[in-house]
Amino acid sequence: MTVGTPVRVEGGAAPSATRAAPARPRPRRRIRWQPAWLFMAPSLAILGVFVIYPIIVSFWYSLHDWTIGAAVQPFVGLGNYVALTKDPQFWNALVNTLELTVVSVGVLIVLGLALAIGLLRDSVVTKVVRSAFFFPTIVSLTSIGLVWRFLLDPQLGLVAGVSQALGSPAVDWLQSTSLALPAVIFVDIWKNLGFVMIILLGGLKGVPAERFEAGRLDGAGDWQLVRYITLPSIRPTLLFATLILTIQSLQLFDLVYVMTGGGPLFATDTLVTEVFREGFVNYRTGYASAISWVLFALIMLISLIQLRIFRYDDVD
Amino acid sequence: MSIDASRLPRRSTAPARAGATVKWVVIGVGVLVAVVPFLWMLSVSFRTERDLFQNPASLIPQTWSLHGYLGVWEQLPFLRLVLNTVIFAGVTTLLTLVLDSLCAYALARMRFRGRNIAFIIVIATLMVPFQVTLIPVFIELYHLGWLNTYQGLIIPRATSAFGIFLLRQSFMSIPIELDEAARIDGAGHFRIYRQVILPLSKPALATVALLNFMALWNDLLWPLIVTSTPEMRTLPAGLTLFGGAHVTDHAVLLAGATISLLPLAIAFFLAQRFFVAGVATTGLK
Repeated sequence: MTVGTPVRVEGGAAPSATRAAPARPRPRRRIRWQPAWLFMAPSLAILGVFVIYPIIVSFWYSLHDWTIGAAVQPFVGLGNYVALTKDPQFWNALVNTLELTVVSVGVLIVLGLALAIGLLRDSVVTKVVRSAFFFPTIVSLTSIGLVWRFLLDPQLGLVAGVSQALGSPAVDWLQSTSLALPAVIFVDIWKNLGFVMIILLGGLKGVPAERFEAGRLDGAGDWQLVRYITLPSIRPTLLFATLILTIQSLQLFDLVYVMTGGGPLFATDTLVTEVFREGFVNYRTGYASAISWVLFALIMLISLIQLRIFRYDDVD
Repeated sequence: MSIDASRLPRRSTAPARAGATVKWVVIGVGVLVAVVPFLWMLSVSFRTERDLFQNPASLIPQTWSLHGYLGVWEQLPFLRLVLNTVIFAGVTTLLTLVLDSLCAYALARMRFRGRNIAFIIVIATLMVPFQVTLIPVFIELYHLGWLNTYQGLIIPRATSAFGIFLLRQSFMSIPIELDEAARIDGAGHFRIYRQVILPLSKPALATVALLNFMALWNDLLWPLIVTSTPEMRTLPAGLTLFGGAHVTDHAVLLAGATISLLPLAIAFFLAQRFFVAGVATTGLK
């Protein structure tokens, strides 16, 4: 696409030629579409050089036993992908990523919806409470990861301090192979809850109040209102929230990198921390590219599901 | 009273009131869980290491100490980190605003062959996880000699497909008659873009600016990969490196984290509604 741009720009010389033949029927049309490519050139050039071309190259790398700086980069076809299927570390990262995604997205949607319903009415109190939940959304995962890493520290963390004061032993959350992933999932939920709440609140505010009143008059209880009026009314928002959270979770890196570095013993390794390690620590470029393509495929699959569901909604 | 009539259907019976109490207790606990980590961070940044180890259950420092905030400047090239983050997030956001709005103008307001294809290509890049392009971009930057430079940090991120999309939608909602009036007055595309479309799109531009600035200010993976010396790191990447292996003083690290979130936190408290609306627009995709 970037190749197309300079060609169009060269075409800018054309108007002078047009002027030489004023009898030409529609000279205006030519002048109209040429500057468009000039307007788009910078963005398209950047997207072309730093997004589109790298996607293709990344796939090319994944077909090679590519090592940064090596003299030979032998072609291995789908060898990297075959090797992935036999690599316990890859399966471990994939399973961790999926577990993290399913648990955090599930909990986030349920809790986020409950919060949004509970804080639906506008008052000073609900506004303050909403901001309290929303605040972590604007803070970097790095800061949040650091704070929680220390909060969960068995010697100096507040969590251990309080639990010891209450008489239970301090737990070393992030050094335990069974507790580290749940701890990371918890922090991920903690960080994103306000975001989900705000998105769902937007959906809820769009539901006409008459619907709830009608339900009330028909004698529906609170739970029935949620089940039969709220949920169907905000289905598109719910779907959207689910999918954007899923895509984000599949790409989780910062939090894991800061809190555990993928450890202990790869217990919190995700697909992206594995890409980072293979690509930038072990310099196995081809292999890392193959992992990133598996991630890409997962995300594409989910994006396509998203598009289909939304289109389906339009038909309704 | 007539107001009560509307509330009649709501049963204010004893179980309902108990339900409301439970609800607010649960929400109250939730708020504590949401807020205490930040209070603790602030508190630790003022505490001595010994105090921290002796009273891990306490939220309030026994003795207040500023050594965390002093140490940050001594143990890290902290001024450079702050400066780098401002340059990276600021310049990139400005460039993104200019380039995205130009591109969005063409897509929203100009008729030309290939417009649909161009738009589809831009949208398609939204679906690509950034991690897929990471390694090839790294190698490109290596060949360009741009690793560990500002242009390496900034240029590849200087346009955002989401920004183009958002601005295009916003531009399309502006009545085309305004363009036509301007055209009759002799304005070309660039003047229409600058004097008609941009002034009418301030809210959308502000949203794109906010979302971009926030994402860049907080980003870790990109600066971690592009930069290699401490002098070129941004705040998140610098703090991560510093907090990597073994932490000798928690106050220093958390003082750094506090400073790094301060600008966004202040902006958030000043313009809360704007932040919420901005983040909610990601939901309108």
